[in-house]
This record gives sequence, C-alpha cells and structure tokens, in this order.
Amino acid sequence: MATERDPRRKPRPPAEAAGHRQNGGMGDDGAAAPAARGAPRADPNRQFSTGIIATAIAMRGRNILLSEYFVLYLTTAYFIVLLPFLPVLSTPANLSNTLSNVWPLLAVAVGQTVVLTVAGIDLSQGSVVGLTSVVGAMLLATAASADVLSGSPIWGVIIAEGGGLLSGVSFGLPVGILAMLVAGAAIGMWNGIAIAYFRMPPFMVTLVSMIAFSAFAIYLTQSENIRHLPESYIALGKGDIISLYFGEQAESRIPRRQIHALVTYPMIISVSLAVAVHLLLSRTVFGRQVYAIGTNRKAAEISGVPVRRVIVLVFMLSSVCATIGGILYSARLEAGRPTLGEGTFLLDVIGATVIGGTSLFGGKGKVIWTFFGVLFFVLLSNTLNLMNLSSFHIDMVKGAVILSAALLDVTRTRLLAGGR
Amino acid sequence: MAALLEIERIDKTFFGAHALTDVSLDVEEGTIVGLIGENGAGKSTLVNIVGGVVTPSRGTMRIGGQPHVPRSAADATRAGIAFIHQELNLFTNLTVAENIFIDDFPRRGGLIDRGAIRRRTAELLDALDLEASPDTLIDELSPGERQLVEIAKALHRDARLIIFDEPTTSLTTRETEKLFATIERLRGQGKTMIYISHILADVMNLADAIAVLRDGKVVGHGPIAEFDIPKMIRLMIGRELKQLFPDRTGTPTDAVVLEASGISQPGIVKDVSLELRRGEILGLFGLMGSGRSELARILFGLDERAEGEIAVNGQPLTRHTPSGSIRNGMAFVTENRREEGLMMEAAIADNIALVSLNDYARTPLRILDQDRLIGAATAIAGDLKIKAGDIRRQASKSLSGGNQQKVVVGKWLLSEPTVFILDEPTRGVDVGSKYEIYAIADQLAAAGNGILFISSELGELMGMCDRILVMSQGEIRRGFADRPFVEEDILRSAFREDAEA
Repeated sequence: MATERDPRRKPRPPAEAAGHRQNGGMGDDGAAAPAARGAPRADPNRQFSTGIIATAIAMRGRNILLSEYFVLYLTTAYFIVLLPFLPVLSTPANLSNTLSNVWPLLAVAVGQTVVLTVAGIDLSQGSVVGLTSVVGAMLLATAASADVLSGSPIWGVIIAEGGGLLSGVSFGLPVGILAMLVAGAAIGMWNGIAIAYFRMPPFMVTLVSMIAFSAFAIYLTQSENIRHLPESYIALGKGDIISLYFGEQAESRIPRRQIHALVTYPMIISVSLAVAVHLLLSRTVFGRQVYAIGTNRKAAEISGVPVRRVIVLVFMLSSVCATIGGILYSARLEAGRPTLGEGTFLLDVIGATVIGGTSLFGGKGKVIWTFFGVLFFVLLSNTLNLMNLSSFHIDMVKGAVILSAALLDVTRTRLLAGGR
Repeated sequence: MAALLEIERIDKTFFGAHALTDVSLDVEEGTIVGLIGENGAGKSTLVNIVGGVVTPSRGTMRIGGQPHVPRSAADATRAGIAFIHQELNLFTNLTVAENIFIDDFPRRGGLIDRGAIRRRTAELLDALDLEASPDTLIDELSPGERQLVEIAKALHRDARLIIFDEPTTSLTTRETEKLFATIERLRGQGKTMIYISHILADVMNLADAIAVLRDGKVVGHGPIAEFDIPKMIRLMIGRELKQLFPDRTGTPTDAVVLEASGISQPGIVKDVSLELRRGEILGLFGLMGSGRSELARILFGLDERAEGEIAVNGQPLTRHTPSGSIRNGMAFVTENRREEGLMMEAAIADNIALVSLNDYARTPLRILDQDRLIGAATAIAGDLKIKAGDIRRQASKSLSGGNQQKVVVGKWLLSEPTVFILDEPTRGVDVGSKYEIYAIADQLAAAGNGILFISSELGELMGMCDRILVMSQGEIRRGFADRPFVEEDILRSAFREDAEA
C-alpha cells in the first residue's frame, strides 16, 4: 500500500533546492531584504543561510501537512514526543498489545470508509458487532450454563447445556462464521434498501438499526455473555503465527508472557480485508461508481451508474466488515457479548476514519487513510491508559486531541483548496 | 456629466499570473456600461475589485470623486455599490422583507420592528412593479422575481452603482423584458450601472457605453454608437470570427434513430411525438416552462411517462432507465452542468470515464483496465481540444465553462452513442467556445448520429438545425422544416399566437 498514488501528494524537493527556488522567485527574501531595509548586519551571508533554512523548513512543514501520509507522520511524532515520558511505550509487550488493538477496529473502520465515501454514514456497525457475536457464539459454543442462559429465548432452541447447534458438527466453524456473515449482510441490506429505494436518510435508518439490533441482541441472551467458545474460533482473535522473544534461553521453558505476538490471525484477516477493499475502491468499476455517487449523485445517475444497487452493496459491505470486526472482538474476549459494540465504540470507528482524511460529505475516502487514522486512535488510547488517568480524564484528553487533529485537517483542506 | 466611478491603472496578479493589466475605465454617472469579454478575460475580477471582494495589486479607484479603497464587500456596500449576481444571494427560507433588511433590521424595544420593514418593503416592491407580499418566502418566487428582490435590496441601501453579472441566465423571455424595463427606469432615475453579459444583443440594447476586456486588458472602450456586434466579437476574441455558426457538412438521411410516439405525463408533457433521423440536427425550441427539458428527461428514461413509446434504432425501450438508454446508444448533455453533468471535484479523466466504465473492465470482478481507459480519455480530450493540464489530476471545476461542457460531451462520446440529446449546450459558454460546440454538433451529425438540440436561444437553433420543433405548454405546437427559418413565425408559435390552434 506504500505505492499508493494520489494527486494530493506533492513532490517533495530536497530542502536546499526548495530554499533556493523560493528565494529566487520571491526576490525580497533572504539576503536582499535586510540590505534593502538598511538594517545593519554583521554577516549578510549568515542571514542568507538562515533565510534558506527557515524557508526550507517552512516548505517541508507545508509538504508534510499536505502529504497523504500526514496522519502517519502525526502518529509517529506523537509517539516520539511521548516516549521520554512514557518509556514503557516502546516495550515489546506494549507494542504487541497496541497492535492487537488495531486489527479489529481497522476491519470495522474500513467498512465505514466506504459508506462515508458514498456520502452515507453507518451508525449500526456497533450493533452488528454485538449481534453477530451473539449469533456466532450461540451456534458455536461447546457448552453452556443453565444458570446463566436458561432464562433466554434461545435456551433449548439453539443452545443448551451441550453447547450450540453447530457444536461438534463437522465444518461447524465455517458454517457458524457464514451464519454470522449472512446475519451481518442482511442487516446491511435492510439499511441499504431503506436508504436507496425508500430514500430515507442514512443517519436515521442506521440509527434505528443501531437501537433495534442492539436491543435484539440483548434480548436473545437476556444481557448475558455466551462463553465456552471453541478453541478454533478463539484462535481467530488471538492466534499468533510469528512471535518474538527477547531474552536468553536460560531455562528450557519460556514463560508465555514473555513471548510477544507479531504476526497474528487477526492481523492477517484484517489486513487482507483492508487490501481487498482498497483494491475494490481503486481498481474496479464498482469503486469508481462509489466515488461518483459520493461526488455527484445526480450526475452519476444520468451517466448510467446503478446508484441504488451500489448503495445497497455499500451498506452490505459495511455490515460485513463490522461482522468481521465482531468475530475478532468476540474471539479475543472468548465470548459472545450483545453489548460488544456499545459505548464509545462507534465514535472510535467514525473518529478514526474521519481523522484519517475520509470526508463526512462523500466523494473522498481511502482505506490507507483509515489505516493511519486507526493507528493514531489506538496509540492515543494506549498512551492515555499508560498515564494511569481515570476514564473521565481519558475521554476529555481524547476529545481535545481529536479536536486538534480536526483543526489541523481543516487547515490542510484550506491549503489544498488554495492551490499549489 | 461627471464620472461616478473612475478606475485607474488597476493591476491584479494571482500567483504571478496577470488577471488584469493596467485597466483604466470611467463610468459616467447615470449611464449603463456594458462590460463584455470571453470567460476568463477578467470581467469578474474587475467587478470584484470594485465590489471589495478582491484587492488590486496596483492602481487606484475613485467613486464620486472620493478615493475608493474597499477592504471588504461591506466597505463597498457602504460606498454605494450593489451586486446582482448570476447566482443570487438570497436566503430562500426567509421572506422578501427579511432578505431586504437582513443586515440592518430596524429595532423597537430590542425586537425587530416588523411593521416598519413590511411597510418599507411594500414601497420598494411597488416601485419595481413586483406583485408580491413582503411576507412571501423567497422559495415561492420565480428566478425573475428573485432578481427584482435583489434590486429592491440594492435600492433600499441607496446604491449608486449597481453591477449586474449575467442577470438573465435563468430568466424567461418575459422576465428578461421586465428586468430590462426596470433597468431603463433606474437609469431614468439617475442610477449608474455596469451590465455584464454574453448576450451581445442585450448589451447593445441596454448600454450607453461599452468596455471590452480580453486577457485582462481593456481592448475597446467607448460610447455605444462606436460599436456593433461584429466589432464586439472581434475585439473579444482578438480575431475575425467570420461566422457565428459553422457550415453544416452533412445532410440528414431517412433512417430514423430516435422515435417517440404519444408521450404523455400529466401536467408535464402531452401527446408528444417526434422522429430524429440519422445525420440530422433537430431543434427543440420552447420558452422556460414549455416542457422541453422535461421531455428530454423522459426521452432519456430519467423521469416516468404515463403513456407513449420510445424506440432507439428501432429498438423499443421498455422498463426505461438511463442505463438502458445508454446501452441503446443514447447520450444526454443536461442543461445544468454543475449539478447534473459533472463531478466538479473529480479529475477530468474520471468524468470522461464515468459512462463507459463497464466497457473498460475485465469481468467477473470488473477490474478496470486503467491504461486503456486513460488512453481513450486522453484521445477524447485531444479530439475535443479540451484546454487542460494533466487530465488525470486536474479537477473539472478548474476549467472554463466551455471546456467543462466539452468534458461533458467527451464523457458521452467515449460510450459511442448514436443519439445525442443536447439540452442548452451553450449556456454560460463564451462566444469562441460556442462556435466549437456547434462545430462538434455538426461533426457528430455528419458522422451519422442524430442530434436533438434543445435551446432557448432561437438564433443558434436557426443557425444549426435541419428542422425546428416548437414546444409550448407541454406539447409540440408546430414543426418548421424549411430553411431559412423565419424567426417571427417560430416565436409566434412559441407564444401560441399563431393561427394554428
């Protein structure tokens, strides 16, 4: 994804060259200016070089600000600035933990990116995460406790003491996951049809879905979690493929907590999803149609774009992404939980996507931007947690940081619109 | 008579490029100056400088003998300058009275004195002969009435200089006449005006003096008596434009490419039938509200029809949608480029590609063949002489009106249609680009396509078409097939003043 090409990205000339060009063009910068103003200067050459360097830094700053990778730079800068105060930030354990928080959020935010690009919004993603985690768990659980679940409507029908319907069945896991994806896609389809064919506003439709499907998920389990998920399912959320150990092998057994996961199943699942959606948006007819509808729906319609079909598919894609996020979250939690996607989860998703650079007004969005946005968001939460702040403080600081990021984004947009 | 506005040696550069060079211009008090020039000649920059929206790089201005150095639009308003823009600046959700008093509501006891604004507004509307209550919402007014409200606003502020920027673009013929009468009356009352328009005949009728801009310089300035339309055009484009319309290079055949019969949709069109032949440019003339654009939308499958058949190349279109029309070889250049034609923010190439994406994709995943697509779009942009840099990067909104229109034409050409519906293709386009668009229409017809040319400018239809159909109140009133067309007959038919009932 590093080879991403984008018109907004300006070529970055070497610092020295940029400084010279700027001076040559403006005429009254650098050496000429102090002399003309008659200000006595001991060493005009020194003035000259400071002028160049200042201009070069300004050019650099501007280029970084306008770069497509701006949020990545911001994230790196934030990390470096905080490192002296929070040395624990760079420990393998913390890095591994932070990365593991990136993947499920990325999966969900990728779906949101596509919806925002088509000039919609999907508030129902959190409820899809919760509901599909329940659907998967009730089918796949290997055992269940009557004390916990006997009051729920699914007890004895789908799940009982011996586990869920698919427990012990061959190919149970893929079928269970398929059932989750179908449930997610169905919610997305409902959203999409209501929006595209009945012309209801996306905000309203998905708000209603959010409320209704969250409530339905809670009703299914009577607000209980479904535990005892099969190992193969749990591996999807935590299983590591390549792990690192930083220490001497003094003993024959290395303690588990000293092994740090690097490449994990969630990473592979989430990155594959992101790459697939990136290719879908940038390389296919469907992707172009998404941008076209987001930019000018009327023009797209007149140009023969099947606007309504594309919108339905986009909302289905969004829900499927949320379902994949639901799989990763519930596998990590080792439980299906109806409230998995509640609280500030949705704000994390939309916040990360928008901070990445995707526009709330449609027509402008990229998966790679969202990846950077998610990195930033996860790092932010991580650092605030490490500072041992109370959750109230965390939310306040988070708000302030998001606000600053939004302010920077406004500045960027204005600079970009101003040409050059 | 003294000059109300004196502009002296104004220069304006944007990022090093000269938008205006050494412009000097006097506007005599109580006169109308017609300001003309091609798109990008600097007309807007000049009036924006006068209006305080843009600061000049060099030069001075005086208004009524006093130095005029506006730092903002509000400064200019205080100096007595009012703008009547192409796109009006009214709040459509507020009433006429509220709009007129928007920046200084008279107050009584801290609350808006509604009685006072209503009275004053009624007086202003009366003076302008606008029959509307001060409490009418702007939303409920026609474009022409809105324009009069803008003028009322200017009068309320006691403006000395009123600048009209393309005021007639969205007006009907009747509304335009009324506007002109109002302008003349204002001149009688001693108001000074600058009138900017592409419609040179209007400028000839209204103005006392003409100023022509080309490439940011004044290339002609003097009393109206020194000008005629050919001279204006010559000055504007800097060369002799021998004719307004290209010679037609092909002749229509008998083969019908588009056939509509008995199209009806209650309240919109009534029993419309037409036949468009290969190689023919068929004009469709009608006044605003005659149903011409609505008919085009129905023909293209954008809007529903209650009755009637539409066939393209003998193929009847049932379950009619735009994509169905496109598959059968239709193209539709809409009248509203900004809202329906282009993705203004998107690159030129993306716009050109939009209709034909599926032709450049490999199934089953519909992956785009980018190289082939860009190659084809580049070829189209070259054929149409679209003046642009990198078509993959440059956003369409950065192009001039004429070039934007060519992008719209280009996106349809790429899908290789045989039937073109062009709805007001030259609206908001300067004289030079108009000629190019006519030439494109001619070439398309000569290549064996059928072209339905919809326009409210009768002149261009008479210059370009093989036949002209006149629409009025949703029906085809009459067809004219014999060149030379007689303007009066066609207009009479459009106004339903002809004998045929």
